[in-house]
Parts: sequence; C-alpha cells; structure tokens
Amino acid sequence: MPANAAHDALIAATRFGIAARGDDLTKIGRDPRGWVLGQLAHRPTTLSGNLPNSAKMVAAEFEMRRDKRQGDDAAKREFNQRMRAVYLDEIEARTRAAIESETPLLERLTRFWSNHFTVSILRPAIRGFAGAFEREAIRPYVTGRFRDMLLAVARHPAMLLYLDNAISIGPDSVIGQRRDKGLNENLGRELLELHTLGVDGGYTQADVVALARILTGWSVARLEEPNSGMFRFRPMVHEPGAKTLLGRVYDEAGEGEGVAALAAMAAHPATARHIATKLARHFIADAPTREAVERIARMFRETEGDLRQVTAAVVKEEAAWRTPLAKLRAPEDMVLAAERVTGFALPAEPLANGLKLLDQMPFFAPSPAGWPDAAVNWVSPEAVLHRAQWCESFAQRVPDPPEPMALAEVAFGPTLAAETVEAIRRAPSRRAGLALLLASPEFQRR
Amino acid sequence: MTSRRGVLRLIGAGAGAFVLPGLPGAVFAAAPGERRFIVVLLRGALDGLAAVPPLGDPRYREVRGALALKPPGEAGGCLALDGTFALHPALAPIHPYWAKRELLFVHAAGNGYRTRSHFDAQDLMESGLAAKERISDGWLNRALALMHAGERRVGLAVGGAVPLILRGAVPVASWEPAGGLRDASPEFLSALTALYAKDALLGPALADGLKAQNFSQTVLGGNAAPDARGFGPKSFAPLAEAAARLVAARDGPRIAVLEMGGWDTHVNEGAETGRLAQNLEGLATGLDALAKAMGPAWDETVLVAVTEFGRTVAVNGNNGTDHGTASVLLVMGGRVKGGRVAGDWPGLAQLEDNRDLRVATDSRRVMKGILRDHLGLDPARLDRTVFPDSSALRPFDGLLQA
Repeated sequence: MPANAAHDALIAATRFGIAARGDDLTKIGRDPRGWVLGQLAHRPTTLSGNLPNSAKMVAAEFEMRRDKRQGDDAAKREFNQRMRAVYLDEIEARTRAAIESETPLLERLTRFWSNHFTVSILRPAIRGFAGAFEREAIRPYVTGRFRDMLLAVARHPAMLLYLDNAISIGPDSVIGQRRDKGLNENLGRELLELHTLGVDGGYTQADVVALARILTGWSVARLEEPNSGMFRFRPMVHEPGAKTLLGRVYDEAGEGEGVAALAAMAAHPATARHIATKLARHFIADAPTREAVERIARMFRETEGDLRQVTAAVVKEEAAWRTPLAKLRAPEDMVLAAERVTGFALPAEPLANGLKLLDQMPFFAPSPAGWPDAAVNWVSPEAVLHRAQWCESFAQRVPDPPEPMALAEVAFGPTLAAETVEAIRRAPSRRAGLALLLASPEFQRR
Repeated sequence: MTSRRGVLRLIGAGAGAFVLPGLPGAVFAAAPGERRFIVVLLRGALDGLAAVPPLGDPRYREVRGALALKPPGEAGGCLALDGTFALHPALAPIHPYWAKRELLFVHAAGNGYRTRSHFDAQDLMESGLAAKERISDGWLNRALALMHAGERRVGLAVGGAVPLILRGAVPVASWEPAGGLRDASPEFLSALTALYAKDALLGPALADGLKAQNFSQTVLGGNAAPDARGFGPKSFAPLAEAAARLVAARDGPRIAVLEMGGWDTHVNEGAETGRLAQNLEGLATGLDALAKAMGPAWDETVLVAVTEFGRTVAVNGNNGTDHGTASVLLVMGGRVKGGRVAGDWPGLAQLEDNRDLRVATDSRRVMKGILRDHLGLDPARLDRTVFPDSSALRPFDGLLQA
C-alpha cells in the first residue's frame, strides 16, 4: 500500500471508526473515503441481548417508589441490584456492538448523539433506562433527520424525568391554579442551550420560559395510568394560551405546540452552526476552522438537518484527512479501540470499573452538557496515569496476547513512530509490549 | 464466583466442578493428592549472577565491575551460601530456608534455544518446546493431562489471565485479587516516560502525575516504595500468600503458577541497592510469605522460580545489563533436598558469545526431575508429550528428598 493510502486508511479506521482490526487497513486502503461514506447507507445495528425497554423500567422505578412509600425497605435494595444488573447488561451490549461493528462510524455517531443529548444517571431516578433511552431515541436516528431525533429525545421518559419536565406545571393550567407548584424551566433551557441553538444562539430568558410553557403537559404515564412508563401528554397541566418563542407565536394547540416548536428550533440557523461545530470538533480537531464549520452548517441548513448528508459533509472535509491523530481519544474511545484491536471484550464488571477509573462511565456524564470533547479536558496528570494503569491492566487480562508488533501492524500499518516500534520491541514480555502499544502516543489518539 | 479476597474464574470446558475451596459444600470432583507444585515465572530475564553471585569464581570481581557485590561479613554484603556462591542481600527473607535445607539453586540454567528475544524465549520457556513452532499450549497443562482423572482441574493461575505455561486442553482456574484495577508497574511507567518524551500533551501530564504520586524516584531508579496493590515489586507478596492459601486448602488446587515482572534491568540495575534489589526483595518477601501461609502443606511442596534467560556478564553503559543466556533456577519447598547449589558451574572464564554465562543445565531437566520424583509422572511421557522430543535431556536426579 502506498504511504498516502496507508495514511488515509488509518484516518478512516480511527478518526471515523473505532480502530482497525484484522485486515481492515488493507480493505479500507482501497477506498478510504468510500469505506466511511458507505456506512451511512446503513442503520446502526440493534443491540443484542435481552435488554428491557424503557417503559418497563420506568414502571419498575415507579413501583419501587410506591413500595418504599408503603414501608417496604427490601424493595429498594432488590431494585438497586436489579438496576445494577441492567446497567451492566446495557454497557456490555453497546460495547460489544462497537467492537464487533462492521459500521463503526454509526457506533461513533450513536455515542456522539447520546452525549449531545445526555441523560445522566447521577440522577438515580433514571438509572434503569438510560441505556434504553440511547437504544430508543438515539441509535435509530443517527442517519435520519435531526428534528426526528430531537422529538424522540424530548418525548422520551428518560429525558422528561432527567430534566424535570414530567413534573412541570403550567401556572394557569387547571392543576396549576389549584396547587402552589409551577413551571420547571430545566428541559426548556437545555433544549435551547445544549440541544439546539447553543448558548450563543441568540435566545433570551423569555424564550426559555416560553418553551417551558409550550412543553407543559409533556410527561410520563404513572403506574395507575394506561401505558404506564410511556410518554403521556397531560392537558390538565398544560399552560393555556398563545406563547411567543424565538419571535414566532404559537397559538394554543396542546401537545402540538411542542412538536411545532421543536421543528422550528431544529430548522434554526443557530442550531445548524451549533451542531456543525460539535461534529467538527468531535471528528476533525479540537479547534476546527470556521470555514469547515460553515460548510457543514450549510449542509445542515440545505438538507433540513439530514444527518446522513451532514455527516457525509464532515467526512468530506479535507482537513479531516490531512493531519493524522489530531484528536486525543476520549477514555471510552480508548477502551473500545483496545478491545477492538485485541478482539478481547472485558466482562461487564471490570469494563465498568475501568471506565469509572478513567472518569467516563457510560451514562454518568457530570451534567446535561455531557462529556467534554477536547484533549485539554482529558489530560490531567491523574487522568494520564489512570490511562497507563488501565492499559497495563487490560494487557494483563487479554487471554492469549498476540505478538504486539503484529497487532501494531494491524492497527497502524506502517505509520507508527520509530520510537514506539522500538519501545514495543524492547518490552520485557508480550503483555508489556501490548500495554506499551495501547498506551503509545499513537494509540491514545485518533 | 467471588469471595471477599478475590475472584476465582474457571477456564476451559467442563470446569464446572471446580469451585472455590473453603466455601461450604465446595469440593473438587475428586480429592487430589497432597503433593503441591508451584511455578513462579520471572518475566524480563533475571540476572542470575546478581541473585546468586559466584563470589568464589576467580574472574567474578573483574567481569562484573560496578555490579560486583560485597562478600559476606562486609556491611551490606551478601549472605553466605557455600564456598563459591552467595546470596544477594535483598534475598535475605529466604536465606533461612537454605539453612533448613529447603532451598537450592541450579545455577547456569537455561534452555536449548539461543534467542535474546523476551517474547520468543518466554514462549519457549512456557511451551516446553525446543524451537518456535505452532505454540498452542503449555508444558504444565500437558503435565496436568498426565495426572490421573481424579487429580484433574487442579491447575491455578494466580494474578489474572492464564499464562501460556498453564493453557491447554485441561481446564484450569484463575484467581485475582478483588478491588478493581492494579497500579501500573514502575517498569511500565518508566518505559512510558521515555515513549512520551516528545509528546507535548501526554509527556508533561505523565511527568506531573508521577511526581504527584512520589513515583519519580522509583521510576528513575531510586528507592521509593511503590504501592503493594500494583504490578510493582511489593505486589508479589500478597499474590503469593493468596496462592498459598488456595493451594494449601484441603480441596484446593495442587498446581499453581504465579508471575512477577520487573527483571529487565537495562538501566540502573544497581548492586546492593537499586531496582534489581527492590525486585529481589519483593520476590523473597513473597516466597517467605507463601511458605509460611502453606502451613503443614509446605512439607508436600516444591516451588520453582524460572526466568526466560539471563543477562550479560558485563555492565552496560547505563549501570545495567542486557539480554544474556544462562541464569539461575530457584527450587524451594519442604520436599526439596536443599542447602546446596546443584548442577555444574561453567565458570566465567569462557563466556557464550564472549558476553554471557553459558548454559550448564537445561531447565527442562530440572522440571522433568520434579515432575517425575514429586508428582510421579511417567518419564517416557515427559520425554514425549510434556517436553516433546526431549529424551536426550535426562530428568535431573536427586533434587528432592527420597
């Protein structure tokens, strides 16, 4: 393979995929861009395993709280164990999907969007269905339309509970007039600030309140209600009357107001720019050029947020193919890459323990803003030591460690620095060589 | 399967009858014999001339230069063994076993191949083959296969993954300490520090991280003590003690393998103190803890510590040694006829390739002697299946008490 083909194959496999394995680099080397773009014609695989849907788990959470109110302390303990088991099943299934995927770009996109629309189980009430949220509201939409994903997210019980909309009450609604409780702006604010227009997107506090009012009534069916655990619109808490959001008046239309408002937010030029910036930062560089962002944003506007074409625009950015290994791998990326190149999937417990040490436990982002996406956020002295520790521990666990230089060839082709090759060759054991490969400057980047 | 102390896993088909010893109702499919055999793999190439220095060899002081150790009696000097050999002072915790005649060394031990590649040499040390070919299982697993059916499922890997020596058709178990990830080893962090030297992002962060943890001393060859939870020298003793408890248990495994790294002392090996001394102390502390934790079962035990090759006789430009040929084998246990250095001594006058201690005893002869005399395995099978095509290598006689 000529040098530039090897270079492009490496970028395709690592920047837009998870890591090269087997004869990936040779296969990809024939048409690196085509290999990446071709994946966009597919849909992400459905996760295998017996994973419960969110409605079931939401109902189970409600049930546990009812039993606890009735004085059943054992219920909570049992429930916690069950939640832990579901959590481990979820992260094991999504990890397996990523390391075995034939469409790794779609796995990357799933994580990107899951992070964009963060639900975090630091809010314990949603711990049982954060994984289901990703499977139901993110994964099926990553090559669809942005507005469809936005709507699926905003209607999902996990988001409605995580950002408190399920308990938001219009002050002038039937119930609002009876009770002292009122509007909760949490979801309205984050939809504008994080999910669509972005913090500099030109909205005001009045817009936050308007959106919160529009979304009053978007809630989750209780245990005693039909379809418990699923989305339920509650007319009795919906704020009546017309609302003005981002200069547009929404006449009273119940549930339909929110659907229309979200569609308008998805089509807002600031949303196109916000999404383009995040995609460029994720796939191209920590500080992407204004021109690259503008080209991606234009594609977003022109295609009305067709994520297949928007993603293709990211892939086609020349800057993405110019500088290899420009991005530091986030911890979870590193873990997935290590498992993919070695073909060894950690069991769920050590997988979770490792990701916890590395500060990127899936569905445990510190805030609704999700995980940061620039190297500076991931290279504290402690974090780099933890990466080293994880790499050595992982290498110790691989059941039948391969020749590290052979693996280096599989993952990097001829592109490894001479110092890295030398360090691996000099390692005192195969496992030590593998640990050095995983911890190498090259492997830590994509 | 978990216990408060660690995690026991079963590897291989039909391993279901193997359960954690000591749990109520937990027993092996059939009670194994009382004899125990423990192998400690010292990865990275132990400097045998430092561990058991031939102080009485006329050329010793001259060829070892800065790494030459002081004789017994001097401050910081070696511990006495016999007229030719002494024990590195950092191995003091196992010195009493010499007097009790439970410790012997086979010096100038090595294998039939000549390679200075860690990967290849470890593969051969563990596979028991004479040349690198399709390696798929280890000699200790093939030895397990020879033990009669009632004694199967008695193999245990201590520390995590199952090393090649114990992999194969016979199901084995692995045990690792509870409590998540272990700290990185000084050896690894040292290599990584060099590898990150030109990395503007990772280099400074790693350096700061090491400094914050007081690691820099250790990594750069000082004397700071690393954490016992990690992969460093102090991590061996807890593993060794845990292994002893499992192996000593009435229904426990009878064959165990432990691993210890940190022997690849190219830089700052040191003499009485330094990186090698720290590692030797970690090893000896662990072996002593193991022997004590075995209780009465120690009387039925043979332990061998083996490394893939030795190191250069001469010191290199970094106060260390490079990859060599022969090293030393340590044999310990209540069944051992100890208090002596067994095997021929080739001397330091004539060296392999003018640089290395020559091999006087093939390690496979020692292993065959133990497997025959301690575990009662058929010598003909040892020649054919455990160490294929090795009939020219006679089992080493007289290592154990009759």
